[in-house]
Amino acid sequence: METAHPAERISGAAAAGSRHALMSVRGLGIRFKTAQGIWQATRKIDFDIAPGERVGIVGESGCGKTITGLSILRLLPNNLSGLDGSIMFDGVDLASCSTRTMRGIRGRRIAMIFQEPMSALDPVFTVGHQIAETLRVHTNVSKDEARAQTIDMLRRVGIASPERRIDEYPHQLSGGMRQRVMIAAALICGPQLLIADEPTTALDVTVQAQILDLLRNLSETSKTALMLITHDLGVVAETCTRMITMYAGEVIEDATVDAALVRPLHPYTSGLLRSLPHLSPRLGRLPSIPGRVPSIAEMPDGCRFRARCPHAIAGCEAEQELLDAGEGRKVRCWRFRELDLPGALQHAASAPIAGRVVRQ
Amino acid sequence: MARRSPAKVIGGRLLQALPVILLATFMVFSLLKLVPGDIAVTLAGDNATDARIEEIRKVYGLDRPFLVQYGTWLGNAVQGDLSQSLLSGEKVATSISRAFPNTLLIVSIALLLALATGIPMGIVAAIKPNGWVDKTVSMVASLGVAIPGFWLAMILVAEISLKLNWLPATGAKSFAVSPLEAIRHALLPGIAIAAYGMAEVARQLRGSLLEVLSSQYVRTLHAKGLSMTRILWQHGLKNVSVNLFTIISLLVNRMLAATVVIEAVFAIPGLGSLIVRGAIQRDFPIVQGVVFTMVIVVIMVNLIADLLCAAVDPRIEQ
Repeated sequence: METAHPAERISGAAAAGSRHALMSVRGLGIRFKTAQGIWQATRKIDFDIAPGERVGIVGESGCGKTITGLSILRLLPNNLSGLDGSIMFDGVDLASCSTRTMRGIRGRRIAMIFQEPMSALDPVFTVGHQIAETLRVHTNVSKDEARAQTIDMLRRVGIASPERRIDEYPHQLSGGMRQRVMIAAALICGPQLLIADEPTTALDVTVQAQILDLLRNLSETSKTALMLITHDLGVVAETCTRMITMYAGEVIEDATVDAALVRPLHPYTSGLLRSLPHLSPRLGRLPSIPGRVPSIAEMPDGCRFRARCPHAIAGCEAEQELLDAGEGRKVRCWRFRELDLPGALQHAASAPIAGRVVRQ
Repeated sequence: MARRSPAKVIGGRLLQALPVILLATFMVFSLLKLVPGDIAVTLAGDNATDARIEEIRKVYGLDRPFLVQYGTWLGNAVQGDLSQSLLSGEKVATSISRAFPNTLLIVSIALLLALATGIPMGIVAAIKPNGWVDKTVSMVASLGVAIPGFWLAMILVAEISLKLNWLPATGAKSFAVSPLEAIRHALLPGIAIAAYGMAEVARQLRGSLLEVLSSQYVRTLHAKGLSMTRILWQHGLKNVSVNLFTIISLLVNRMLAATVVIEAVFAIPGLGSLIVRGAIQRDFPIVQGVVFTMVIVVIMVNLIADLLCAAVDPRIEQ
């Protein structure tokens, strides 16, 4: 299994793809040691990613989405105090496997790219070295072969005259090109999953669209699953097929992008969609979600969104489970059947989501 | 990105050195003239008449205006003539070439010892910050910084030469004649100077290595599946080497300065002893010559460090 050629692995996984998830996260909880004691960053995270699937993880900053992404490759900061639950990837539990096994998976079967391509690249090595490095760590290719593959990879990520660029240093490239280099280094071993943590946030808007296009195309052509972590719903709508919404360290909704955009089941998802500037009608003030995310120290029992939720009633203080809503959808709200929440495409016609949302 | 050729870089740097040499020698010359004491009186010997002293002043040109004296010295120095000692009449260049190897040997030994101990200490401390190894290293480093070199020198002489009789306590031997004896003589003074250097290298290297290891690009390297060993030795060391070169060049300057005191403790006829004797006797050509030499050495060391940094870090525009 370890020696399989990337292409064979992918086709094998794709055949079983309809029934088996590529990665299954169950009950993932991440705790950190802080000066104030143990801090539970996320809990009860459940989700699957199918082979070749493009999943967006969305939520406000601090909701635990980046931490969740880092935990898959166990790249969490040193003050980690504990990891609960399991992350099954092709029969291996990433949450508990040995460091050695993990190192064999990193970069070869699961790759990751980050928000700031400038600081994510080593400034004193050429981009060619940094791309070929992934290949040379995991395979026995010769130096010349690695160079040839690196040039090929640079071309695939859309870098012009790769023969020249391969010997340049990160500071000689533009931000968009650096992120392309990061993508090249991530994909050169043909991984089955690419985790992209806010890959376009630090880039110019025009470059953002190009990078997202590139990610979507590469994911489609090489059958690499994409886990796109972002706070930008527009990015998810453009790039992904499924959307997982997180709030205060929990998964609160899991649906296809189309379904979630048109008819969100969780009041928080609905609120997020309605506060998108470019999707909102130009009438008056942009709707926003009142209040703020509860702090870790005073996390309420039951639904964590209830203090900000216009639909909160007695019963919301009960512990909320991730419920099956049919058609592969899941939602962490016991009232989802009775609520008819506005999505991004229809709120001109519907009532405001909350009395507290001021409209002028 | 256009890079200038190394020859041009070196030429430019040497040009920048000229004002430094001018300023340093001029300041030292002024100081020598400001402090009380007159070499003419010394030269004239005991019981000399005022007329005799005046005559000697004339012979040595000491009666001429201050700026003229400096100008004459500078004019000769530029042509490679550092003139003669007023007291012994020996050529200053000869005195310096006799003393310099002794100082060079001490500083080289001190630098080697400081790097050989400081670099491993800095690395092991940074691998597990705040662990017991790190705490021990930082304690040893604090001691190294806090202990004065001359005190350590005296302790070393008392314990290692006088009590144990392992190494000679004073003097120097020519490296060309007998390298082993020369090193044996230079070892204790080298250790006395190296203690501070070790502490400085360990502390600075720990700091910059920690910064590199917690950087975002190291997280990328982990995400690519590199082992900690490879990250540390390949990426870590290349990234901290720029800092290391800078530390070394600063250290060499500091060690050269430290030889003044250490050579006195060990009675070593090096540059340090030479300048001290020259200053006490107001033998200004000697003092000027040593200052001139030291400035050139310091500038060369800095130049080499700059070139090495530029070779390692592509972001540095030469």
